Amino acid sequence: MVNRTKIKVNSLNLFYGDFQALIDINMDIIENKVTALIGPSGCGKSTFLRTLNRMNDLIVNARIEGKVLLDELDIYSEKCDLIQLRKSVGMVFQKPNPFPKTVYENVAYGPRIHGIKEKSKLDEIVEKSLRGAALWDEVKDRLNRPALGLSGGQQQRLCIARCLAVEPDVLLMDEPTSALDPISTLKIEDLLEELKKNYTIVIVTHNMQQAGRVSDYTSFFLNGEIIETDLTDNIFSKPRDKRTEDYITGRFG
Amino acid sequence: MKKYEKTIEIVLLISATVATLSVFLITFFIFKEGLPLLLDYGITNFVFGKDWAPTNGKYGAFPMIAGSVSVTVGALVIGVPAGIACAIFLAEIAPKSVVKFLKPAVELLAGIPSVVYGFFGLSVFVPMIRNYILPMVQKWNPNAYTSGYSILGGSMILAIMILPTIINISENSIRAVPIEYKQGSLALGASRFETIAKVILPAAKSGVVASVVLGMGRAVGETMAVILITGNMPKVPGNVLDSVATLTGTIAMEMGYATPTHQKALFAMGIVLFVFIMLLNMMATCTKRKLGGE
Amino acid sequence: MVEMGMSKIITTNKKMKINIKEKLWYFFIYLSALFTLIALLSIIGYILMNGAKHIHWEFFVKEPSSMGREGGIFSIIVGTLYLTLVSIVIATPIGVAGAIYLTEYAKENRLVRIIRFGTETLAGIPSIIFGLFGFVFFVVFLGFRWSILSGGLTLAMMILPTLLRATEESLKTVPQSYREGSLALGATKWQTIMKVVLPSSVSGILTGLILGIGRAVGETAAVMLTAGSSLGLPKSIMDPARTMSVHLYLLASEGLSKEKTFATATVLVIFVVIINCFANILANKYMKKTKVES
Repeated sequence: MVNRTKIKVNSLNLFYGDFQALIDINMDIIENKVTALIGPSGCGKSTFLRTLNRMNDLIVNARIEGKVLLDELDIYSEKCDLIQLRKSVGMVFQKPNPFPKTVYENVAYGPRIHGIKEKSKLDEIVEKSLRGAALWDEVKDRLNRPALGLSGGQQQRLCIARCLAVEPDVLLMDEPTSALDPISTLKIEDLLEELKKNYTIVIVTHNMQQAGRVSDYTSFFLNGEIIETDLTDNIFSKPRDKRTEDYITGRFG
Repeated sequence: MKKYEKTIEIVLLISATVATLSVFLITFFIFKEGLPLLLDYGITNFVFGKDWAPTNGKYGAFPMIAGSVSVTVGALVIGVPAGIACAIFLAEIAPKSVVKFLKPAVELLAGIPSVVYGFFGLSVFVPMIRNYILPMVQKWNPNAYTSGYSILGGSMILAIMILPTIINISENSIRAVPIEYKQGSLALGASRFETIAKVILPAAKSGVVASVVLGMGRAVGETMAVILITGNMPKVPGNVLDSVATLTGTIAMEMGYATPTHQKALFAMGIVLFVFIMLLNMMATCTKRKLGGE
Repeated sequence: MVEMGMSKIITTNKKMKINIKEKLWYFFIYLSALFTLIALLSIIGYILMNGAKHIHWEFFVKEPSSMGREGGIFSIIVGTLYLTLVSIVIATPIGVAGAIYLTEYAKENRLVRIIRFGTETLAGIPSIIFGLFGFVFFVVFLGFRWSILSGGLTLAMMILPTLLRATEESLKTVPQSYREGSLALGATKWQTIMKVVLPSSVSGILTGLILGIGRAVGETAAVMLTAGSSLGLPKSIMDPARTMSVHLYLLASEGLSKEKTFATATVLVIFVVIINCFANILANKYMKKTKVES
């Protein structure tokens, strides 16, 4: 099987006003693999994640240099449609953030804003997405109940289902299990294994065991720079950089 | 020393209860003055009677109730969309520099005395309706007539007066919507407007509804502005260009020269107004509480 | 495969069509914000432009004559100040004391919930109801007649919720550490409140006071029914008086003199603008202060 590059990042710099949050980032994100971003708090890994679907556009004084190529098109170029980009690159947040609507409406939200109106089509998408997020069996009898009544782990899987419903190619996950209990965490990790068959996944995590368990590639961030990117097995068994080793063995961070 | 501190606490407690005691006192006296006539005359006769002729002992307050309701509905029709839109603008769209001068402008709008609004409406809206709007209406209905003193004029001025209430409360509740909702929606590829319309506004629903109800309360209770503009004709209105008398306006106009029984009738009218406003306020509190708990 | 992927995120015309609908909504939102601003500017501008030219020094120092058709508004300014002073002298201590009780002493129990509900309710009662109550209670029942005292007491009730809430808000922003620091030095609770808590929330209390003054000066319906509308110079608290708002109403409704009406409205508007500026400056100052502390 050929490893195709889904996202290519070329000398990316990001500034908040005078502060440089990302320094010369270069990275290839491989299709249908899970890439984990690790590093101490404030190292820029979440910021980097947000550059991949331009969620940093929301921050007023953020400025970007360099290129992020999704399937060879620069997502920061004028040709790129922000809305289509966010549709193709889904995002799951740290804290589960379902809308204060029903389970069904949460999943149907995305398809609806992208123009799907027929009830039968929506029903189909909702079921498929919820199955994709391994949540269907738990919620199929309560689709019309408020989503905020679900448990934290279920809410997070609902948010994943909500992403799947707009048929993205890439899933960005920003510490998706940090607010969850161990059992819910395991469920989501299992889910990642399934999802990577169809999606390219980038996950930010604080939890090194998690990175080890779920990812194929790992990238270590420190102070806004990438110190090292490699196969996860290599990073954890024979890191090339001293700082990576220090971090992984728990000597700092 | 201990005793001294205790005395202070009691004095403070008494001060804290003054407002509540005032409410009881107000309720008691308004009902004491107005209720006997209301019961004697019959509540249905009073509320649904179409004839208001205090000198002949006829106390049908329906024209005033209809007047208050029509002016209020008119104010809501104009003021609610504009107010909510302005709140969205302030909370979600406007850059900080614009918010900085628009917010004080809204505060100032709330601070202008109602009699000034009334005077403005009297000298601008009333002639405008008579000289410009009436001829336009007459083009397709030659029988139309208005003196300018009308529901339309009253509604226009009230719409401006309720703007600050609607804007402030709606804006606060829009700002209180967690940023996570917004991010979640944008990350799915929704545009900023879709996010506002489909996620933020529904999440802020309780506050927005409460703002409308409170704005409605302000419109119903407003006296000086409507008294100068609506013409004070105790007659059930047929269209928006008709003159009407409102509950508040009638009380304020007629208290000055009323005979004792007539006064009692005005207090009875006060009861109707009071009960209506209390219901609205309770509705506002309940929507806030019920929907806020989600 | 690559080609398909690329075309996915390239700008398409289909999305453009939806944008037109959104653009219309944005247009409506901007229009509403603009409407709010224009409403304010046109009301203030209209009154100032028509009134400023009729204001001379004499207007302030001359007594009104022939029902306000001639002369100035000296006795009216005196009446307004007198009435406002009486109302804030009554309401301020009660409001501040009540707020101290609610923030420093009260525990969340039934009584406190009733007090809060009562205060909120009082704030929602329309002014004409206050007028009716003041008339039957202070003017008739207590026998104060139409006087500054009756009017002042009625106004005090009306501004009490504003004062109480503003004070409560500012007391809440005083950091707990201040209180603990003082108590740890052996100060009693009351000493702590007087020497530490109140001084650090002065600007908040002042804001409430200024808003209260604004409301008292602008109030018309309630004052008319309780303080009367006599044009004479009030000599004691038991004399009736006419305030600027009442004067404006009577001039406007009776169409006595356009010049004097606009002049009075101008004075009133300028006063309200100044009051609002003060309140804004104070509120900003006290927000900055709390920001530094937190």
